[in-house]
Amino acid sequence: MGADGRVKVAILGSGNIGTDLMYKILKNPGPMELVLVAGIDPQSEGLARARSLGLRTSVDGVQAVLEDPDIRIVFDATSAKAHVRHAKVLREAGKVAVDLTPAAVGPYVVPPVNLGEHLGVPNVNLITCGGQATIPLVHAVHRVAPVRYAEIVSTVASRSAGPGTRQNIDEFTSTTARGLEAIGGAALGKAIIILNPAEPPIIMRNTIYCVPEDDDADPDRIRESVERMVADVQRYVPGYRLKNGPHFDRRDTPWGERTVVAMLLEIEGAGDYLPPYAGNLDIMTSAARRVGELIAEHMLTGAVA
Amino acid sequence: MKPPRVTDTTLRDGSHAFRHRFTREQVRAVVAALDDAGIPVIEVTHGDGLAGSSIQYGFSQVSDLDLVEEAAATARRARIAVLLIPGIGTRHELREAVRRGATVARIATQCTEADISEQHFGLAKELGMETVGFLMMAHMRPPEVLAEQALLMESYGADCVYVTDSAGAMLPWEAAAAVRALRQALRVQVGFHAHNNLGLAIANCLAALEAGADQLDGSLRGCGAGAGNAATEVLAAVLDKAGLNPGLDVFKLMDAAEFVLAPMMPFQPLPDRDAVTIGYAGAYSTFLLHARRIGERLGIDPREILVELGRRKAVAGQEDWILDVALDLVRQRAAVAS
Repeated sequence: MGADGRVKVAILGSGNIGTDLMYKILKNPGPMELVLVAGIDPQSEGLARARSLGLRTSVDGVQAVLEDPDIRIVFDATSAKAHVRHAKVLREAGKVAVDLTPAAVGPYVVPPVNLGEHLGVPNVNLITCGGQATIPLVHAVHRVAPVRYAEIVSTVASRSAGPGTRQNIDEFTSTTARGLEAIGGAALGKAIIILNPAEPPIIMRNTIYCVPEDDDADPDRIRESVERMVADVQRYVPGYRLKNGPHFDRRDTPWGERTVVAMLLEIEGAGDYLPPYAGNLDIMTSAARRVGELIAEHMLTGAVA
Repeated sequence: MKPPRVTDTTLRDGSHAFRHRFTREQVRAVVAALDDAGIPVIEVTHGDGLAGSSIQYGFSQVSDLDLVEEAAATARRARIAVLLIPGIGTRHELREAVRRGATVARIATQCTEADISEQHFGLAKELGMETVGFLMMAHMRPPEVLAEQALLMESYGADCVYVTDSAGAMLPWEAAAAVRALRQALRVQVGFHAHNNLGLAIANCLAALEAGADQLDGSLRGCGAGAGNAATEVLAAVLDKAGLNPGLDVFKLMDAAEFVLAPMMPFQPLPDRDAVTIGYAGAYSTFLLHARRIGERLGIDPREILVELGRRKAVAGQEDWILDVALDLVRQRAAVAS
């Protein structure tokens, strides 16, 4: 813990995600104190920006994090492959890892849905951008009308999809689908991702379809639950907006003609570092900051008790 | 010019017109007729490719993997192809399709996003498949961009790359220019996939052929998304007259279209008002039936929806935007009325 009672945190990875997260934590640190940004590329723009803001930086990657015993929480914005390695050494050093890669070493967390269950674990994973965007609304439907089937379509601007996403697009669909089930509550989940190259770039869009188990589920209860969840997410992702819906449609499904709840979301980024259209990246860094904040609060109250 | 290889996609692109309700019996009958007429490659998959069965695109009545198995068991000479659109289907379904008898993988991306297909080409090659790349919505980018993207697919292992006019929006000289650009850039083969939304499917196939295309697609009766594709039986007759028949039995294909497929078709796709709108506005052909259904439900003219989708530059697979646009139009109308 820092002298002023704040929890010291570090960012590992100085690419787009790590840099955007840096700005978000500096803007709204809550109980956290960002003390280190560690990358591996001396030429990285992210490290240069961190230095110009007066932050301590390193090109020694995880080693630099391990050398500072005061760092309690580490945001890993590197790659899935690197995180598998980092997860082990961070855990051995007693640091909590908040994993923004698809490595999924630790349990999946979506802040307003299940973070409370995982505040004491050494490693949490943020699933995918599509998962962070859509799982809250699947859960919102599920908590008032159990969901038999949830399907989501994430559409992101081509410019906001980096090489990691592009080379691992199957992992996006399978990991997101698992998240819809494990955290959203759907008995069966399916995810689709589409890259749209329009110029100017489109703002991230997500469509969520839910088929409730009960075909006569109360639309008003669903609407109310969804509105409440949108407000909860907006607290940490201000650009999270339900553009249309919940719209109650009838569709042919493998379970006969059924009610389908369709929700059409738009996520505009805060533009902290990445452009506002890249809501897909903003929701990851926003969720990471929120997860860090809650884990830090938990550490502090734990220390008091 | 040399005779092109013709792939029939009645049982894949036609899946849209059938609202993804092909039965095993229908697949057996169509495959037997195409095989007997000398079609070398028959594509069988949900219209949106493997794992396309969904709320977004429509659920398959019979799993396309079961239909692939049925087709592979029926064909004596023809090989069975499957479509895979990364972002929808994954390598998992591709492996399964191979187990069920598919030997040709057609891997499709939006024409600017070829680099999401590397892992899928890699697996298809590892599994010993012939590989075909599809650059969808090719009308949205100039020939040099298409050629760059095609080179990526070639580098991942594509044996052929198609200019795919998913919106049926290209004019013959545009089709030719795109094919020529790929022909000049690639070492592997080049193909062309037409939609008839502007009534140009056959004309565009001929233009592509003249520009150096090695492969063309057709579907019986043109049964496909939007106004459908180049009709296989018409393509065969035209190629034969041009002295470029690759070994197709023209009369047998006419009979297959007339006596096998036509009696099962829910409707005859043609360049009607909504389909011409798709070609004119440059929207994805498969939006047709979804826009009609949602338009009817919400009291909005499908043409308004399709034109707006073209304006918003919706790309392949964005069926969810149809509902979004329709709900926006409903709201605008209510605001004007009040």
